[in-house]
Amino acid sequence: MKSTLKRAGYSKVQRQMNDVFIHFTSKVIFLIILLFSINLFMAGHYTPGGGFVGGLLAASAIILLLIAFDYETVRKMIPVNFHFIITLGLTLAIVAPTLLFFFGTPFFTHQHTYINVPVFGEVAVHTAMLFDAGVFLTVSGTALMIVTLVGGTDE
Amino acid sequence: MTLIHLAIFLPVLAAIVIAVIYRYVKDVHLGWFVLPIPTVIVAYLFSLVPSIANNQVFHHTLNLMPRIGLNFDVYIDGLGLLFAILISGIGALVVLYSIGYLSKDEKLGNFYVYLLIFMTAMLGVVLSDNILMLYFFWELTSISSFLLIAFWFTKDKSVYGAQKSMLITFFGGFMMLGGFIVLYLITGKFSIREMIANVDLITASPLAPLAAVLVLLGAFTKSAQFPFYIWLPDAMEAPTPVSAYLHSATMVKTGLYLVARFTPVFAFSELWVWLILITGLVTLCWASFNAVKQDDLKGVLAFSTVSQLGMIMSLLGVGALAVSSGANEQIFTVAVVAAVFHIINHATFKGALFMIAGIIDHETGTRSMGKLGGLLVLMPISFTMTLITALSMAGIPPFNGFLSKELFLEAMFEISNANFSALADWSILFPVLAILGSIFTFVYSIKLIHGIFFGDRTHDTPKEPHEAPALLLISPIILTLLVVIFGLFPNILSGTIIDPAAMSILGTDTALNTEISHWHGFNNPALWATVAIVVIGTALYIFRASWMFIYDYHKEQFTLNHLYDQGLIYSQLGSAKATDSVMTGFLRDYMVYIFGFFVVIGIVTTFYTGLPITFDDFADVGIQDIALVIIMLVSLAVIMMTRSRMVSIIMLGAIGFAMALFFAFFRAPDLALTQLAIETVTTTLFLVCFYHLPKKSKHEESMQFKFTNFIVSVGVGAIVILFGLSAYSNRLFESISQFHIDHVYDLAAGGNMVNVILVDFRGYDTLFETLVFGIAGIGIYALMKAKVSRKDDDNEEHA
Repeated sequence: MKSTLKRAGYSKVQRQMNDVFIHFTSKVIFLIILLFSINLFMAGHYTPGGGFVGGLLAASAIILLLIAFDYETVRKMIPVNFHFIITLGLTLAIVAPTLLFFFGTPFFTHQHTYINVPVFGEVAVHTAMLFDAGVFLTVSGTALMIVTLVGGTDE
Repeated sequence: MTLIHLAIFLPVLAAIVIAVIYRYVKDVHLGWFVLPIPTVIVAYLFSLVPSIANNQVFHHTLNLMPRIGLNFDVYIDGLGLLFAILISGIGALVVLYSIGYLSKDEKLGNFYVYLLIFMTAMLGVVLSDNILMLYFFWELTSISSFLLIAFWFTKDKSVYGAQKSMLITFFGGFMMLGGFIVLYLITGKFSIREMIANVDLITASPLAPLAAVLVLLGAFTKSAQFPFYIWLPDAMEAPTPVSAYLHSATMVKTGLYLVARFTPVFAFSELWVWLILITGLVTLCWASFNAVKQDDLKGVLAFSTVSQLGMIMSLLGVGALAVSSGANEQIFTVAVVAAVFHIINHATFKGALFMIAGIIDHETGTRSMGKLGGLLVLMPISFTMTLITALSMAGIPPFNGFLSKELFLEAMFEISNANFSALADWSILFPVLAILGSIFTFVYSIKLIHGIFFGDRTHDTPKEPHEAPALLLISPIILTLLVVIFGLFPNILSGTIIDPAAMSILGTDTALNTEISHWHGFNNPALWATVAIVVIGTALYIFRASWMFIYDYHKEQFTLNHLYDQGLIYSQLGSAKATDSVMTGFLRDYMVYIFGFFVVIGIVTTFYTGLPITFDDFADVGIQDIALVIIMLVSLAVIMMTRSRMVSIIMLGAIGFAMALFFAFFRAPDLALTQLAIETVTTTLFLVCFYHLPKKSKHEESMQFKFTNFIVSVGVGAIVILFGLSAYSNRLFESISQFHIDHVYDLAAGGNMVNVILVDFRGYDTLFETLVFGIAGIGIYALMKAKVSRKDDDNEEHA
């Protein structure tokens, strides 16, 4: 990201980029955004949110890191291949509704139940969640891949 | 989800496992892991034979989308079971054979994954009762066939053959889908059994001939009937196990299966009967005539397969007469029995012959008949097998091919005696064509035996020939043994497999009690026909030098292949021209096309139907709305004025965030949230695009250009606003929101309606949107990477 901006002629930006404040705050904010995105994803079935928004927010959290640092550094922090994330997401999205055949119901008729978990109390468990996780991963993986690719840092 | 559903999906599940493990399996041939799968399936299917022989049928359903009738209904009767056993049985033998045939250096992972997908697809085709699922599996067989033909994709001929087979079979498959839709329009059912039950509706419908022709197009392309057969000889570029499996024993027979399956539906139609009968006979003669001139061993077998498929097709045509006319039933059931019997026989002898061709290719390094000869001493086991199977193909007793061929000739004599209104004067043609085709079949069979194993050794072969290893020999030996066993004791098949299959084709419940015998007495015309075939065939083979010149008259530019090639070239040129005329390479031009079209359509619609708008039901406009609109307008104005890209991007972001605020004010928190996230990501995306953007030009656009853009943009704005208002003013249907509000908890146990719609109520949409998202990402990846590699190429050129 940094190198991109430099090539585009924004040399002033570069000096800012070495700013220790941005580095530090971005790390903190990254965590907050990521937690918020997971919260959105988890709570999506009852309050505003869901896989799509959650995925986008997760992607934007990482994009924030990309702006503050550069691609190589972020790669070291998060050593996951974006292709793998997309593949995993698409697989989940197709496997989750297919598994429903084992419940004897039609494709995409989601099942749910309530289980008691210590600390959290009664928690709803949905198969829709698995599907939504697929959406989450695909969206965040694709968004990140596009941004890094267009940013030209993947070369 | 029953055992039979699992049996159908077992290969594809195994394919996933194979795709994961093949990197780690280095010491053992991957085929050993695949072999148990078809073996287990065929064992399971054999356990169903006794029940099917007792006229039982199995019917299991698996609901996919019950509302629109898309269910995975498995229906096992005699016909389906016969094909399923062929698919898994030959499949097991072919996998075993491929272990010897393909070395470990080949891309075995790909090969077995494609092969397993094919197995699932084939089992799906022959066991589905629902025509939509049938179509799905049908196309899956075409796709896996395409992938397998192109297995050695670095060879141009492989790619050419794969493309040809794909274009032709997909064309047919698509036509067939059209036929299915017509059938659905007539009966309102997707289930074949229910269609058979409602056959009166189809008989009465004027659309029935259309449906029949469309379905037949699917069957003819897949089963390589004249004039669509041209893809099959080119498909021989596939590895030989694939040719033995897909292109002779199973996939090319799905067309026959389709015709057989739909016989009770369409048999009333004369069109159906005569199309099948005549196409089948023409294919039989033409392909066997052409098989004689082939030099490539697999080419001979390919044309021979085409001609045999034609023969079975014509038998099914005669069988359909039995269902439609009702008269002479005994005669025509013979044809159906012969068709079923020959499907089995052809799978055995042609499968074996293909495997032997592969062995010869493997051990000598060539498949050219001109370079082969005198292998009798060197490859005695292969010779014995070729002798048995080729004689069976030629119709020589006591092998199984003789029995079915005699039944075929009998049926053709019977039909010439029977009196039909349509073609009474020409009915003598049927036995004549049948005998003609059989003579050439005899000639090329003898040519196979004589040309490869007798004569002088040529010493032209790239490798020093020797007998194949045991691993390669096991599968063809098993098939050859079957040829002999079925030939000597045909009645072990007749009661158990042939009769149930023939009964499902005829659509009857009465037992047929078929007895297949070798000897029908001297009065039987088929006997004398066989004698004539052998005598004339031998004579033709001995004097082949004096008549083979007639093949030279078949000039290149009159062949169907030439027609196909020219069609392909001109369609490519034409589409390139058409595309070039509109694709300028400027995004703004495309925008003008798209939006201009939208404006024109909008205006035309408004002109014809009017746009009634009422202003009764509108909410009050608050101060915050006005403020937001002003923000948006100002941002827009700035975007149009400014020359700085940075400012434009920031202003675009401002519009987006104002939009999000709008959503928030109108109590759509989900939308607001999503809009915010999208806006953040896209703004970043714009920022990183900087590097790729060209330098800003000082060039001023012409007034005319600006004026067109102005008109289009104002038009789009006005039409969107008007349509929005009109849509709000008129409700044609009851809104579905109430259903969602009522059922968000009891059906989906959720609280947030928007998300429940996304993941549950309309999960299909989301699934495919996710897919589109992923594909878009991969597409962008490919585009960016392609650009990079092209840059590299340029650099090399300059250097």
